[in-house]
Amino acid sequence: MASSIPNTYRAGPDDSGHFGIFGGRFVAETLMPLVLEVEAAYKAAKADPDFKAEFDYYLKHYVGRPSPLYYAERLTAHFGGAKLYFKRDELNHTGAHKINNCLGQALVAKRMGKTEIIAETGAGQHGVATATVCALFGMKCKVFMGAEDIERQQPNVERMRLLGAEVVPVTSGTSTLKDAMNEALRYWVAKAETHFYIIGTVAGPHPYPAMVRDFQSIIGTETREQMMEAEGRLPDSLVACIGGGSNAIGLFHPFLDDASVKMYGVEAAGSGIDSGKHAASLTGGRPGVLHGNRTYLLQNEDGQITDAHSISAGLDYPGIGPEHSWLHEQGRVTYVSATDEEALDAFKLCAEKEGIIPALEPSHALAYVGKLAPTLPKDHLLVMNLCGRGDKDLAAVLKHLKARGKL
Amino acid sequence: MTTDDSRIARRFAKLKAEGRGGLVTFVTAGDPDMEISAKIIQGLPGAGADLIEIGMPFSDPMADGPAIQAASLRALKAGMSLAKTIELVQGFRKADADTPIILMGYYNPIYIYGVDRFLADAKAAGIDGLIIVDLPPEEDVELCLPALQADVAFIRLATPTTDDKRLPTVLANTSGFVYYVSFTGVTGTKSVDSAHVAQAVDRLRRHTDLPIAVGFGIKTPEQARAIAAVADAAVVGTALVQVIADHTDAAGRATPGLVDAALGFVADLAGGVRNARSAA
Repeated sequence: MASSIPNTYRAGPDDSGHFGIFGGRFVAETLMPLVLEVEAAYKAAKADPDFKAEFDYYLKHYVGRPSPLYYAERLTAHFGGAKLYFKRDELNHTGAHKINNCLGQALVAKRMGKTEIIAETGAGQHGVATATVCALFGMKCKVFMGAEDIERQQPNVERMRLLGAEVVPVTSGTSTLKDAMNEALRYWVAKAETHFYIIGTVAGPHPYPAMVRDFQSIIGTETREQMMEAEGRLPDSLVACIGGGSNAIGLFHPFLDDASVKMYGVEAAGSGIDSGKHAASLTGGRPGVLHGNRTYLLQNEDGQITDAHSISAGLDYPGIGPEHSWLHEQGRVTYVSATDEEALDAFKLCAEKEGIIPALEPSHALAYVGKLAPTLPKDHLLVMNLCGRGDKDLAAVLKHLKARGKL
Repeated sequence: MTTDDSRIARRFAKLKAEGRGGLVTFVTAGDPDMEISAKIIQGLPGAGADLIEIGMPFSDPMADGPAIQAASLRALKAGMSLAKTIELVQGFRKADADTPIILMGYYNPIYIYGVDRFLADAKAAGIDGLIIVDLPPEEDVELCLPALQADVAFIRLATPTTDDKRLPTVLANTSGFVYYVSFTGVTGTKSVDSAHVAQAVDRLRRHTDLPIAVGFGIKTPEQARAIAAVADAAVVGTALVQVIADHTDAAGRATPGLVDAALGFVADLAGGVRNARSAA
């Protein structure tokens, strides 16, 4: 329906937190007053120049922004098509884009007078970033993490503990990210008056999807300026990986109304979409309600949430941010997927060709770039968000590559 | 709209005439399996339950503590679904036309089943009300308003964090009764404080004429008695679900004596509640 194309893709969500039919506030009554309180506090912060000044100060001096926009010359030559740029968010303090959001939310929490922070984490990147800002601002920090993920991500567990956070093992359900989020919500219900919940991605009840997006939008805002400086024009395509989708929306959002800019979100296809063992909510799921919002979810015919599968713990989530669900249905962003195998190959390729060891999450984005770039002309400007570095994944990747005889 | 001659209204009127508070019991549908669960539910009125809440199993019960989470998983593992939960009530109604049945759970299984289809099937099966934990008043267009249209009560939770400013919003489209959650937290994790509850019930009564049931943290006949003395009904969930858990093996299957143990526990609770007003 051509007539339903909106004037702008950047106006959402509406006052009740909806992007079309997606989003909303599907939480228990116990949490509602707090969710409304967070919404009011964020609204006030957004309108306050002092808040923005403080956020910008820490982004520059603590996180190390702006992150470079780097022309990946050897990979460009290797793919033999589009001119590839990396947005280097893996160079941020703590090694991923996650810190942008944690910093913003911690500053909101501080304004609200909250002194205790809770968070959920899968791979541990969001947990480490949360523990980091809590140390920075002298806040108590509790991170809920699936028992299985604690086993898989020991170095990050040690980091969080060193930073003074308490890591709470979650053994309910499947002991992974979705269960960590359930448990964080359960804990928050009981401690709502004193605790602030720093959600790590663009999901959860309103205002979280919008708030997290706003804090991550610095990625796209910088990219826009840097590309104008480097090439004198806007990029032609943007590519980013998607778990919940915070790094992708951060890159995409400032460009949504630039019709010439194509966007590709890369979900984790695990062992392949047809295998049923994947984490591609848009490709392999359908709309449902979980964790405070309506969005595409992996679920069975009875509405029970099913397990996600991905080599990357950071993409191992059965849902996706509601704004992505909306952009998917609007057709503004193209959502594709990359398998474990393809991500492993891209991981190795990036290390060999560019001297950059990427995290497994952006390795999925790079795997898709490897398919897309060769089909495009040499003057096509393609930006990929290199949203995290791969130190945390070394042990797992080496094991997989050796098992496949690729190392 | 829910009418005064609904099963729920008739049951609370009867309790009032008897001069006592009621006992509301919660079990999860299909816990530990469909057959045993049907036996327990069919036995509840005889054991003294005045209203019955049946949990709709969900993979991600975010507002529940470990006991009800485990019950949900046992039921799902045994093949329970929303369609079978409705069947369970259909079976119950063959022998009992009077005891109100309220389904409690999370929105996603209903959303996937289809709201209109669900309401039609629920009404036809003899389901009287719904408690959907993750549908606050802000999302009333989803299910609450359609339910009221279909003459199915939509019962809302009020909590200690629901202040006087928020309470009218929460009560606006509430019908059947109001479920007061005695503490902020997930189900079954603390004990009820009856002095706090008495105060809270007084506050609620200033805002609504609906009956008030109180739940979360009621584990013993004594606690049930204390709550039933100040509220219109006491809800017991986790403690009953725990009795079921205690009579399952490591694989979550029923062991002998489960049904008798569960119904025996309900009879003890009912004894407590029935003595409430005389003891108070």
